[in-house]
Amino acid sequence: MNTVYSWLKAYVPDLDVTAQEYSDAMTLSGTKVEYYTRLDRNLEKIVVGKILKIEKHPDADHLVICQVDIGEKQIQIVTGAANVFEGALVPVVLDGGKVAGGHEGGPLPEDGIRIHSGKLRGVKSEGMMCSIEELGSSRDYYPEAPENGIYIFGDGFDVKPGDDAVEALGLHDVVWEYEITSNRVDCYSVLGIAREAAATFGKKFVPPVPEAKGNEEKASDYISVDIKDPDLCSRYCARIVKNIRLAPSPQWMQRRLAASGIRPINNLVDITNYVMEEYGQPMHAYNYDQIAGKKIIVSRAQDGETFETLDGQERKLDHDILMIRDGEKAVGIAGIMGGENSKITEDVHTVLFEAACFDGTNIRLSARRLGLRTEASAKFEKGLDPNTAQEAIDRACQLIEELGCGEAVGGTVDVYKKKMEGHRIPFRPEWINHFLGTNIPEETMISYFGPLAFQYDAKAREVITPSWRQDMKQEADLAEEVARFYGYANIPTTLPRGESTSGGISFKHRVENTAREVARFCGFSQAMTYSFESPKVFDRLLLPENAPERQAIQIANPLGEDFSIMRTLPLNGILTSLSTNYNRRNKDAALFELANIYIPKALPLTELPDERMQFTLGFYGGGDFFTMKGVIEEFLDQVGMRERVTYDPNCNRPYLHPGRKADVIYGGETIGYLGELHPAVCDNYEIGERVYIANIDILKIVERASYEPIFRGIVNFPAVTRDLSLTVSKDIAAGDIETAILSEGGDLLESCRLFDIYEGSQIQSGYKSMAYSLTFRAKDHTLSDEEIQNAMNRILEALKKLGAQLRG
Amino acid sequence: MIKDTLDKIRQEALAKMEEAGDMDRLNEIRVAYLGKKGELTKVLKGMRDVAPEDRPKIGQMVNGTRAEIEQKLEDAKKTIASRERERRMRAEKIDVTLPAKRIRVGHSHPNTIALEEVERIFTGMGYQVVEGPEVETDYYNFEALNIPANHPAKDEQDTFYITKDILLRTQTSGVQVHVMEQQKPPIRMIAPGRVFRADEVDATHSPSFHQIEGLVIDKDITFADLKGTLAEFARQLFGPDTKVKFRPHHFPFTEPSAEMDVTCFKCGGKGCRMCKGEGWIEILGCGMVHPNVLRMSGIDPEEYTGFAFGVGLERIALLKYEIDDMRLLYENDIRFLNQF
Repeated sequence: MNTVYSWLKAYVPDLDVTAQEYSDAMTLSGTKVEYYTRLDRNLEKIVVGKILKIEKHPDADHLVICQVDIGEKQIQIVTGAANVFEGALVPVVLDGGKVAGGHEGGPLPEDGIRIHSGKLRGVKSEGMMCSIEELGSSRDYYPEAPENGIYIFGDGFDVKPGDDAVEALGLHDVVWEYEITSNRVDCYSVLGIAREAAATFGKKFVPPVPEAKGNEEKASDYISVDIKDPDLCSRYCARIVKNIRLAPSPQWMQRRLAASGIRPINNLVDITNYVMEEYGQPMHAYNYDQIAGKKIIVSRAQDGETFETLDGQERKLDHDILMIRDGEKAVGIAGIMGGENSKITEDVHTVLFEAACFDGTNIRLSARRLGLRTEASAKFEKGLDPNTAQEAIDRACQLIEELGCGEAVGGTVDVYKKKMEGHRIPFRPEWINHFLGTNIPEETMISYFGPLAFQYDAKAREVITPSWRQDMKQEADLAEEVARFYGYANIPTTLPRGESTSGGISFKHRVENTAREVARFCGFSQAMTYSFESPKVFDRLLLPENAPERQAIQIANPLGEDFSIMRTLPLNGILTSLSTNYNRRNKDAALFELANIYIPKALPLTELPDERMQFTLGFYGGGDFFTMKGVIEEFLDQVGMRERVTYDPNCNRPYLHPGRKADVIYGGETIGYLGELHPAVCDNYEIGERVYIANIDILKIVERASYEPIFRGIVNFPAVTRDLSLTVSKDIAAGDIETAILSEGGDLLESCRLFDIYEGSQIQSGYKSMAYSLTFRAKDHTLSDEEIQNAMNRILEALKKLGAQLRG
Repeated sequence: MIKDTLDKIRQEALAKMEEAGDMDRLNEIRVAYLGKKGELTKVLKGMRDVAPEDRPKIGQMVNGTRAEIEQKLEDAKKTIASRERERRMRAEKIDVTLPAKRIRVGHSHPNTIALEEVERIFTGMGYQVVEGPEVETDYYNFEALNIPANHPAKDEQDTFYITKDILLRTQTSGVQVHVMEQQKPPIRMIAPGRVFRADEVDATHSPSFHQIEGLVIDKDITFADLKGTLAEFARQLFGPDTKVKFRPHHFPFTEPSAEMDVTCFKCGGKGCRMCKGEGWIEILGCGMVHPNVLRMSGIDPEEYTGFAFGVGLERIALLKYEIDDMRLLYENDIRFLNQF
């Protein structure tokens, strides 16, 4: 929404502020100004000049020399423009002045273009005659301006040499652009904004008084209106205008429309646009002679019906689209666009004006289905006040008469069954003060209501709001009106009192923080990736057709296939990011992410899915499987999970290297997995290095984590270390050997550390040599040789069962 | 006679110690004079020839000499040790300006750094940090927030739907409702989390981003409290000189509603490129919790009032750390992350 200063002043005559003052004050009273544009920006020393004489340039065929009267004197200007003639009145920028743009149009330079006297092909030129583009505008807004030529003031202008040309063109004006919030439908109109401006600056608001009695005839003899679907059309006003005389509308109307960004066309079109801007009420003009049966019927379209709109496009309709019909055919899509068959043509004689109120939601959805959002539909979809329709249609007829555009027929055909009313809201000033934390006197509050057209019923202690303020429903709404005119800045600044609360974070949050810390201190940086991805991810990760991970939640209206399912496993995000790094030639990269996966309980969804927080790590370069394994163990240690972790290489993880993968088992349950990425998956992600990944289910950690370590004392009895060197089949996992040692070593075995592993020439093929260092210690006495020997014997016995032989 | 011998031995020994350059040499001297076959032992062996009544006296003299030599040996040892340490240290001199051997530590995501700041500020004020579901029902995301079916605000937010009633939350505001349903006032909470809107990816938009919702419900909570709390938040987040400005705005779930601007933390409010010359930067939306919202969540608006606010986490991160393109936040290029 935008408004022009000159137009606002028509309704708030005493408004006298700078563009910046206006912007600031309006923003603080709730009508947010996004930005403003001064139409005379970079226009300096530009006057009306009259061309007295034109001569050929002696040395250039395409240039002429003009003697120009600029009021106080006569100057000489050389120009290449072809459309100048003796006697023409033109805008002239004088020596040292400025214009806004180049003569071809296009984006305007920040500081404009400075014009100086000079010589053109040896002939003195003391200024420049301007095209409309040089004045920062275009033919869209000054349709009378020539293409590629100097702007020439026509008969509509009462100007003489030396006058301010910028003034004459109506460019001493400001356009403010607003962000209007959806609750303030009334502010999508110049009058609505003007009312707010008047209230904000404490000035008088003088709205137009629409009066158009029309001739002796009666509109009802011309037309009848029948609303078949009153739920979608709460009101329909129709008036007739005959003897239409199309002509350009007056300069003031053209200028206001142009400055608002609407191209002037002719008086009839301009009037409907003008009223739409002024009241926020869209109007439509039908060619009455094309309306069959003197009838307007408002009814839903048939499924599959087609209709040609006035832009010449064939539209496919459905049962939820509301149509305007005559006695025989459809003549318009209600609230969106009229039909080709009834549009205004050059030879139009009689016009049917429509000012109606259609259901906002229906218009919004219809416009979207049709892919046809128009100025009118954009207004309707916000939900208009049907009470405006009568005023607007009368205003249009008033302008028709004033501008000599035609002859309004008397009376309105108005179908309006259920009148929309404002609300009565209890007014308790003490409650408002208590709610705002203020101490505003009652009279002050009441004084804010008048300019907004709120009435105060002192007896009932109620405020009665106008029908265009459907956002006003309860006391909190009144409090906001009081607050914004009292000034948010004037409300005190306090801190909540009352019972204090103990803040803090959840246990899960704490575990996540630990995960972040451990990952970071192990060299991983935090990544963030999207929660939705492509279903192609499953193929990229080599998941079989029947993999449960393929049961993913689909987004009904995704931004495309690449963002169409909610992730059921977390790898794609990290792998895509690693791939980005690899392809940008980053030598190594280590990333982690903490994010949810979404596991549906049933598909299609009948209830909310499980959201499971995952701790996912991945890297390439600078490490191997055991580096990653170390990170996981470090994490488990930090969350107090200090029992033994085991690793199951027989896990089903198709995306991992079959010989380098493991589930992470804690307390008998899988809490995550790790491994080297399957080389085929590396290829799919275009990563030319070995990638290691790990994933831990945070919820499983939350169940087991503890931040309450217990000190178990420091044992001062001496430790005894025994080394154990074994030969064992290559197929036996170190984990199994460790399990045997630990379980047989019992309480006396303090630790067991693998310090050497060897395969090669001195070892039988198919076997490996493993050397462990075992530390024994008792809490309460010095161990005897016998105790140690017994433990060692038990261990050796168990190892024998694994086929291990003690080496020499 | 013996006294002369002892004197001679002592002088000899001391002279040799003087010349000794290292520990080995000192050891040789010890063996030569104090050892089993050393000079002093020889003297003692020669006692056989001494009259028995003179022996104690001689013995004393020998022991005296031994003690003296031992003492001198000890001193010489210390001197040599200290000399050797000096020499070693001189040899061990390093160039301290050579590069450091760093343990590679990773970096936090800028969103996380900003979030931790916000969490620190609010937990310090007694707020709980809570979370809610990212896949949410229409009820919690819209209806319970005073956004009924067909409300234009639903369109404005370009919602991703899963089914008619289940969607990807477009705002963290729904967490308010969950908390109000589960807890009795006083409530002070913030709820950070992912939200989703159907915006195409560009320098300022992302279909997935983060918000932090805040909610305070208690008796006698006022708009003035809202202003005071958020002004304090702004000072803690952007610096003690930060000023705030509240502008009226509209959110369906608060009334009155406001947007809060802070003085540009780059230029201090004078106007610069960062604040587009305005001196102010828009930071968050807020307002008094709408009575309809309280009622729907089972809280009596006559007894309790409250305020709520919502902050865009990415917005804070982009502004605070001067990141000029939102896409960088989701690419995870380590050359980007390493700067945080």
